[in-house]
Amino acid sequence: MHHFRLLILFLVFLALPLTLLAKEGEEFPVSPPPLTEGIYPCSQCHASMEVNRKKRELKEAHEDIKLHHAETMRWCLDCHDAKNRDKLRLYNGELVKFDEGYRLCGECHGNIYRDWKAGIHGKRVGYFSGGKRTYMLCAHCHNPHDPKFKPIKPEPPPEKPRNGNGTEKH
Amino acid sequence: MEMGPKNISRREFLRNLSLTALAGVSVPLLSSCTKEEAEDFLQKRYVEMTEEEKKRVIAKLEERYRQKYGKKFEISTKGPVPNTLWGYGLDLSRCIGCRRCVYACVQENNNSRHNPQLHWIRVIRLKRGNLINLENSEHYYDPALVPEPGFVYMPVQCQHCENPPCVKVCPVHATWKEPDGLVVVDYNWCIGCRYCIAACPYKGRVFNWAEPSIPSEEINPSVHYLGNRPRMKCAVDKCTFCVQRVRVGRYPACVEACPTGTRKFGNLLDPNSEIRYAIANKRVYRLKEDLNTEPKFYYFFEA
Amino acid sequence: METLKETWHFYQKTLSLVVRGSRAYYLWCFFLLAIVAVGFVFYVKQHDLGLTATNLTDQVSWGLYIANFTYLVGAAAAAVLLVIPAYIYHFKPIKEIVVLGELFAASSIIMAVLFVMVDLGRLDRFWHMIPVIGSMNFPTSLLAWDVIVLNIYLFLNLLIPIYLLVKYYYQKEVNWTFILPFILASIPWAVMIHTVTAFLYNGLAARPFWNASILAPRFLASALCSGPAIMIIIFQIIRKISHIKIEDEALFKIAEIIAYAMFINLFLLTAEIYKEYYSDTVHIAPFEYLLEGLHGHEQLVPWIWSAMAMNVIAFFLFLVPATRKRITTLNLGCVLIIIGVWIEKGPGFVIPGFVPDPLGEIYVYVPNMLELMVSFGIWALGLLIFTLLMKVAIPITTGEFSHVVYVEKTSRREEEDKAWRI
Repeated sequence: MHHFRLLILFLVFLALPLTLLAKEGEEFPVSPPPLTEGIYPCSQCHASMEVNRKKRELKEAHEDIKLHHAETMRWCLDCHDAKNRDKLRLYNGELVKFDEGYRLCGECHGNIYRDWKAGIHGKRVGYFSGGKRTYMLCAHCHNPHDPKFKPIKPEPPPEKPRNGNGTEKH
Repeated sequence: MEMGPKNISRREFLRNLSLTALAGVSVPLLSSCTKEEAEDFLQKRYVEMTEEEKKRVIAKLEERYRQKYGKKFEISTKGPVPNTLWGYGLDLSRCIGCRRCVYACVQENNNSRHNPQLHWIRVIRLKRGNLINLENSEHYYDPALVPEPGFVYMPVQCQHCENPPCVKVCPVHATWKEPDGLVVVDYNWCIGCRYCIAACPYKGRVFNWAEPSIPSEEINPSVHYLGNRPRMKCAVDKCTFCVQRVRVGRYPACVEACPTGTRKFGNLLDPNSEIRYAIANKRVYRLKEDLNTEPKFYYFFEA
Repeated sequence: METLKETWHFYQKTLSLVVRGSRAYYLWCFFLLAIVAVGFVFYVKQHDLGLTATNLTDQVSWGLYIANFTYLVGAAAAAVLLVIPAYIYHFKPIKEIVVLGELFAASSIIMAVLFVMVDLGRLDRFWHMIPVIGSMNFPTSLLAWDVIVLNIYLFLNLLIPIYLLVKYYYQKEVNWTFILPFILASIPWAVMIHTVTAFLYNGLAARPFWNASILAPRFLASALCSGPAIMIIIFQIIRKISHIKIEDEALFKIAEIIAYAMFINLFLLTAEIYKEYYSDTVHIAPFEYLLEGLHGHEQLVPWIWSAMAMNVIAFFLFLVPATRKRITTLNLGCVLIIIGVWIEKGPGFVIPGFVPDPLGEIYVYVPNMLELMVSFGIWALGLLIFTLLMKVAIPITTGEFSHVVYVEKTSRREEEDKAWRI
């Protein structure tokens, strides 16, 4: 009987650190999140404000942010935690820091999250071995409120050989 | 046949004429050879040089480039990293044809900017549904904004084939495949016959039709002998997977320049590399696979 | 030692023979020299600026120079058409002129090598191609094969005629056990030079227009048309300006062989066209560019159709004995074949290989003035070399220029001098 209890205790002690591991997720060396200058920590304004959970168009502040990202199904407070604006809110209510934002995006965009963790989603810079390997946050390339890439101006085409000697196609 | 004074003078005349002709022929030819060509005339093939000879050649080149471009050059001769085989991945669903890779490459690799304009990367535009027949490609698209709807963009550069046709045909062994899979050119050994350009199925190689023109302010002074050092007229060059970067662990310039994360790079022999993940998990294919060149450039689509 | 002295004496004599001639001879030589000089001036410009002085680009990287090279290797291979009847079948009318044919082959090879040399981007690095001193990629690179094979053929086609001519000059017995193996070797070698040149193009999987097994047979067939046709014209000129007797029989025999070669050429062409047009894959594009125009680019179309017409007309002119045996129609046929095969095997072969390029681009290549002038210069140089060789070979063959005659003349003069002094 005594041995059985010891065994249970031992297993629990073993399992605890594992749960901790599962909770925090893997660590990725990311560059700091691209927050607008002076806007963080958000709590410097929001700590003293009342929480209004009603879905509405913002008029007094953040009017420049037009949500264009599944806006029919959710609004600001589905991702930003209502009580602690310095953190983002996962589906199960867990709070994550802005530099772990990939965990939030990865909840809906699981395939891309898997690719990003393996290193094949998104822009790669720096060293792939023998040096500092950095990941970029989702927000570094995608605006979380309006993530679709806008068309950009292309760089000029190559010069036609010998100044356009007959390369046109009909 | 008369043998008189007239005959002797005719023979002398002929002798003088032929000597003058020889001088007349060789002087303009020799004078149009530059000082550099004269210095490099007896230079050995890179792979046959001893370490001492390599050091001397590097010192000579560094001095020459310093005089020409006014910057202090660092010419690396770093050999291949053991146990590497470089592979490249390209996510065609994300390429928007913006050509930033093309110009980043030109900047990084000291390509000639004008007359000739040498682009190692060529982005071609294909209609959706018509991706294999490259005859319908458009190279000179120039819309106001990219991507244009209904089109797919495909960048093509040297594929660093495992079975390279260009290496097969070079008559002087000026191009070869390094142990880490890179197909490189010894620019000082190339005789400019352009047989390799005829042999390449991907138009990976370009020719310096004239002395390259690079503005001194845009010169990149950290170079590799087999890679991006400034070339000379009438030598072949091509993408080297940025040999000066990858052998020290950095991404090639085109990978870093891409704004949409289209380009992937890594070591095919490392099972944990990004490129191996892409090959294992994405639907990868390679261009003109039926030609059996075994290119290392893996294209794939997500959408 | 004796042979050396003899050779030096022979060389001195030939030099004095070469600088003396009729007015027409001087005019012809200076005319050619002028063209060579102009070509040389343009070449120096190309050497200075780089190949950007031509109209070549990354898309079409081989042009007029390599087109001429291909044609001239074919013309050179044609000497075999004289060697076989002369030495294997002992056909007497041709046996008398086979030496001249071999010298023509040598001049042709010299021209071909010159065309490759002007096409090289870095001529100063030519020594890289030499085995042992440089690093020749033999046996993998077909260009390396071509260099070796062409040089050996040049050597054969200089050794054999010069050996025979020197022997005739000194009226010594020809050592057939020494020279006959070389002569016989030159027959398969002639086939080899053009096969290797064909393989050079043939092995490129990247260029579907060239990557066809039919290339080597077609090259040989068209070579056996163009070279002999040039020789027929040249022999008639030689016959006119010298004492050499070249029987019409010889010319007609050559023309007959050309007819058969042209038939094979046309048949192989039909086979190629059928294969491309019936299977109708994407690889039809270069053929379309050549024969119909591709995406509106039709520059080569009138040229190739003229060439086809010329070849077919010449074929019939040579096939029908009545027209073959009449000198005027014979010559017409020759001229048609020379030009027709040049178009078909030069620009009509090299340029479509690059259109469209591996990424689908079309660049319309048209040679510019510089390329034309350099090409004319090389043709003129080749003709000049051939003229000088003929200036020596013909008198030796007719017996006018020989050591015996020289010895007689000098001994007569010595006697006259002696008479004076007395």
